[in-house]
Amino acid sequence: MAQTLYDKLWDSHVVHVEEDGTALLYIDRHLVHEVTSPQAYEGLKLAGRKPWRISSVVATADHNTPTQDWHLGIAGIADPISRLQIETLDANMREYGAKAYFPFLDKRQGIVHVIGPEQGATLPGMTVVCGDSHTSTHGAFGCLAHGIGTSEVEHVLATQCLVQKKMKNMRVTVDGVLPRGVTGRDIVLAIIARIGTAGGTGYAIEFAGSAIRALSMEGRMTVCNMAIEAGARAGMVAVDDTTIEYLKGRTFSPTGPEWDAAVVYWRTLKSDPGAKFDHEVVLNAAEISPQVSWGTSPEMVVAVDATVPDPDKEKDATRREGMERALQYMDLKPGTPIQDIKLDKVFIGSCTNSRIEDLRAAAAVAKGRRVAASIKVAMVVPGSGLVKAQAEKEGLDKIFRDAGFQWREPGCSMCLAMNADRLEPGERCASTSNRNFEGRQGDGGRTHLVSPAMAAAAAIEGHFVDIRTWR
Amino acid sequence: MDKFTVLNALVAPMDRANVDTDAIIPKQFLKSIKRSGFGPNLFDSWRYLDHGEPGMDNSKRPLNPDFVLNQSRYQGAQILIARKNFGCGSSREHAPWALLDYGFRCVIAPSFGDIFYNNSFKNGLLPIRLSESEVDRLFYEVASFPGYKLIVDLQQQTVANADRSVVFGFEIDAFRKHCLVNGLDEIGLTLAHADKIRAFESRREQMFPWYFR
Ligand code: SF4
Repeated sequence: MAQTLYDKLWDSHVVHVEEDGTALLYIDRHLVHEVTSPQAYEGLKLAGRKPWRISSVVATADHNTPTQDWHLGIAGIADPISRLQIETLDANMREYGAKAYFPFLDKRQGIVHVIGPEQGATLPGMTVVCGDSHTSTHGAFGCLAHGIGTSEVEHVLATQCLVQKKMKNMRVTVDGVLPRGVTGRDIVLAIIARIGTAGGTGYAIEFAGSAIRALSMEGRMTVCNMAIEAGARAGMVAVDDTTIEYLKGRTFSPTGPEWDAAVVYWRTLKSDPGAKFDHEVVLNAAEISPQVSWGTSPEMVVAVDATVPDPDKEKDATRREGMERALQYMDLKPGTPIQDIKLDKVFIGSCTNSRIEDLRAAAAVAKGRRVAASIKVAMVVPGSGLVKAQAEKEGLDKIFRDAGFQWREPGCSMCLAMNADRLEPGERCASTSNRNFEGRQGDGGRTHLVSPAMAAAAAIEGHFVDIRTWR
Repeated sequence: MDKFTVLNALVAPMDRANVDTDAIIPKQFLKSIKRSGFGPNLFDSWRYLDHGEPGMDNSKRPLNPDFVLNQSRYQGAQILIARKNFGCGSSREHAPWALLDYGFRCVIAPSFGDIFYNNSFKNGLLPIRLSESEVDRLFYEVASFPGYKLIVDLQQQTVANADRSVVFGFEIDAFRKHCLVNGLDEIGLTLAHADKIRAFESRREQMFPWYFR
């Protein structure tokens, strides 16, 4: 029978199925970070258990790490609770070990969803889990990747398996050619605007179509990253030449005859013609504009040339109330042109858009220009030490600095404001992160989600601009 | 997880209804990186006279002499009897963690908060539902006899006092009983399939060795 990519990935990992369909799913790669792992390791210890297969574990510290003053070392982390979480991960790695650990201050440290792929630790055909919802990112490589909770982190450590029920299949097809200046970020925001933040609940989404095929791996990761914002725990893209090219020569990619054998297998990782999906969504790439979120949920998004929507025109009462609350929190009036919205801060970073291609796009906008005087802080936070090094090799850091952007050390940073980088109450930010929830980037902070080029251009002008027609 | 078969232990009474998980373990203690060590902060705001924060030396804090668990006759209790809707409120798994860390293995009440009830089983804490009149009787006995013990026999599904003048039966889901009696948590259950996992793993490693480097 014709199978979807998800069906294939699922079938190839089922160890055992109960009568009610609950399955034990074998896990190939377990990514670990400092926030959701301490209790899991402690649980192991209390139960006198050992990790099942430490060669599956790749770990890093990212959520709490500071993005400046690395010369101060661990003492530079002011918050003792943050510091303790990082030290606890160090201790657990010493005690239990891993295939690879990139601790705070390591040159290869970075956001867990950036370093997995860049190290070749995420490979097609794998199951990949991490105690973090944006694990969906890794699905860009034709693998089954999703976030898990702390009890599940412990479960995977102890058993190499996860107790799972199979999800339903959804395909989102984006055909056609993207207009200039429109990116993977805009595609996925447009998808979320279409299906809503619960549209993907219970589904594994496969992103397909010529516009997805045309994306680089970075662009595909951005799209899969935000599958969770559409409610789907897993998003994925079939393997093709782009996938294989990206992986060639990475640290943990196979080599020699194993590489050849792997590629033969990986090429089978796509949905068969005629495979049945429980739900299909189709978008035309040519109709997608640069997207800007105006509210406090990633589905509250409009095109950059649109205006802030009017709740009075919304017929559904619950939605209308949600819109009113969001507008109040965001301090916006219905009908305001998006391009009139003035900003206080700009954040380019996070596991959605902090890879080299994202920084290149932002630097191309910043080159030879200046951040507007009205912008208090515009910061660029590379996704990993390797991304940072590459950017510096290309001179991007200089472009950013000359333009008045701050060039920071890698980490999650102001995506979730767990370290010192945050918005003050009432501050408005153009951000390339993935969540515009109330308080996400700091209590009372107001987040607008945009692509890296749109964020950089907003920094230059002090307000949003349409990157398609700007200068 | 430890097996739960028969528990013969000292009983402490918590004579209030609707004890929520916030009261069991207040929110400031959730920043911890641990799932143990919550015992000293169990019922923190009732148990001490000052405000508790993580990192304090709890042994130096002023105890509330009126709080029941501070009374010498209840030191070492492993069974807590409580009133209806015990463990309502937030879903924090820290609540059963704190009760267990303090030393309780069993809570007896007329009813429990749903999530707390589930979380308890996951962690090896046995919540037992008895009728209101049966719980009344236990409160009366605990108050009347210092050093009062109960024998909880999970296999027989009974709660009895030493001379068996009081014997109450209780209901429990067969699957949950099986897990507790055999000391199986969810991980333990999965590990019951360890041979299958190993076989799967070695097949996979033969086919796709590059995932195992
Ligand atoms: S960058 Fe943001 S979304 Fe990504 S892992 Fe870090 S905190 Fe989570």
